[in-house]
Amino acid sequence: MTTQESVDPGRRKFLDVFLAGSGLAALIGLIYPIFKFFTPPDQEEAVVSSVNLGPAKDFPANSGKIFRFGNKPGLIIRSADGKFRAFSATCTHLDCIVQYDGKAGDIWCACHGGRYDINGQNISGPPPRPLDQMSVNILPESEEILVTLELKDKT
Amino acid sequence: MIDKIYSWIDKRYKIEQLLYFSKEKSVPVHHGTMWYYFGGITLFLFIVQVMTGLFLLFYYRPGADSSFESVKFIITQVKFGWLLRGIHSWSANLMVLAAMIHMFSVFFHRSYRGPREMTWVTGVGMLFLLMAFGFSGYLLPWNELAFFATKVGTDSARQVPLIGDFLLKLMRGGSDVTGATLSRFFGLHVSVLPPIFSFMLGLHLFFVQIQGMSEPMGSELSHGKKRTMPFLPDFFLRDLLIWLVVLDILILLSVFFPWELGVKADPFSPAPAGIKPEWYFLFVFQSLKLLPPHIGPFEGEMLGVMAMGFGAAVLVLLPFLERASSKGRRTKLVDVIGVFGLAYFAVFTILGYVID
Repeated sequence: MTTQESVDPGRRKFLDVFLAGSGLAALIGLIYPIFKFFTPPDQEEAVVSSVNLGPAKDFPANSGKIFRFGNKPGLIIRSADGKFRAFSATCTHLDCIVQYDGKAGDIWCACHGGRYDINGQNISGPPPRPLDQMSVNILPESEEILVTLELKDKT
Repeated sequence: MIDKIYSWIDKRYKIEQLLYFSKEKSVPVHHGTMWYYFGGITLFLFIVQVMTGLFLLFYYRPGADSSFESVKFIITQVKFGWLLRGIHSWSANLMVLAAMIHMFSVFFHRSYRGPREMTWVTGVGMLFLLMAFGFSGYLLPWNELAFFATKVGTDSARQVPLIGDFLLKLMRGGSDVTGATLSRFFGLHVSVLPPIFSFMLGLHLFFVQIQGMSEPMGSELSHGKKRTMPFLPDFFLRDLLIWLVVLDILILLSVFFPWELGVKADPFSPAPAGIKPEWYFLFVFQSLKLLPPHIGPFEGEMLGVMAMGFGAAVLVLLPFLERASSKGRRTKLVDVIGVFGLAYFAVFTILGYVID
């Protein structure tokens, strides 16, 4: 035990710095794992390259249907002339799900009124980009529809 | 008997001082006194939210497979469940309304001026927290409208430069709105936001107690004519009466305009026509709708989101940006900005309802 009246300033300073430093280190040590905890881990997604949508005759002309493409929605359209087209159904504006508007013969997003033509090109409203394209193949034997994600550059 | 209890408590906890303080507390009487009540109304509605929220927790089960079903159970099977859920939803909306009225009255009276800057900052902070409450609570029934509103609302966060994608994942608990998002929003709504809000509310009320009610500018000069009314019991009884009226309004609304549950969310169905967020987000929604896809080299959306962020920052820092009123000068510009802000909010909200 010390009987010293005045405290050694060097020692006081050392303790102040030491304590503040430990506090800071503890804080960082706490914040980092908390921050990382709240960041959701990347989950393995089943990679889907194509989806079979069943017989072509199930799709009436001038209609559209949402289908599952992995964990994303896709939109398949059979236009009035019987041709099939498929797109990612995710609106390029703010992530809503688009639908085929049979009356206007184009694709519509109900959230903010964006429109795309039958080829997925953004024509009015807020969408900044065309919808992502998918290619549609009809299997020769079973007449079933196979939808495949297209690479961006392909036409 | 009561005297005995009182002296027993006072001997230990010295509540005499506290009572003395509340006896001395007074409220200024002037042409704007009625606006003082809106803070109290907001407080009352917060208490209603906490109470009804606790009740709902007894039956609500968060999860993509159970949220919708449990809310349906609450409003169809549980006795008075429809009423409690109705009050919770209505009270949430009225609370935002009351807070906004409170804010605008403080704004136009310049009551945010020094030395009450921090009362304003905590108040605006609570308004933002209320919006977070509203946004997170809206998703909890897991219906179609809420699902798409959440998709849009969280996707807007992606427009924030640099950290946008990270923010999106943080809010959604993944890259899409799923049950993981629901878990996050539920946790946020019932256990993260309430303590933060309560703390801010405590500070806000503490500041008001220390500094007293703000008076209109210029009235400090006419000290001779200054009129006040005691807080206890005069003002408090008026508060109580108004709270009773607000409770009646809440119940009337919940009975005659029950809150709908809608259709369960389906991540693989197109967005329904006529989708709209809650009214207090409608002006943002409508603004985003009218922005062109590209403004110069930027995406319109990004500029919109950044403008909103800028507006929010200005609102929080208002008492530090507008120093004139703290020095006792009234500037017209503040009124002009206030009226413009109010008009923008009103016009875009109405547009949001009128235009599909």
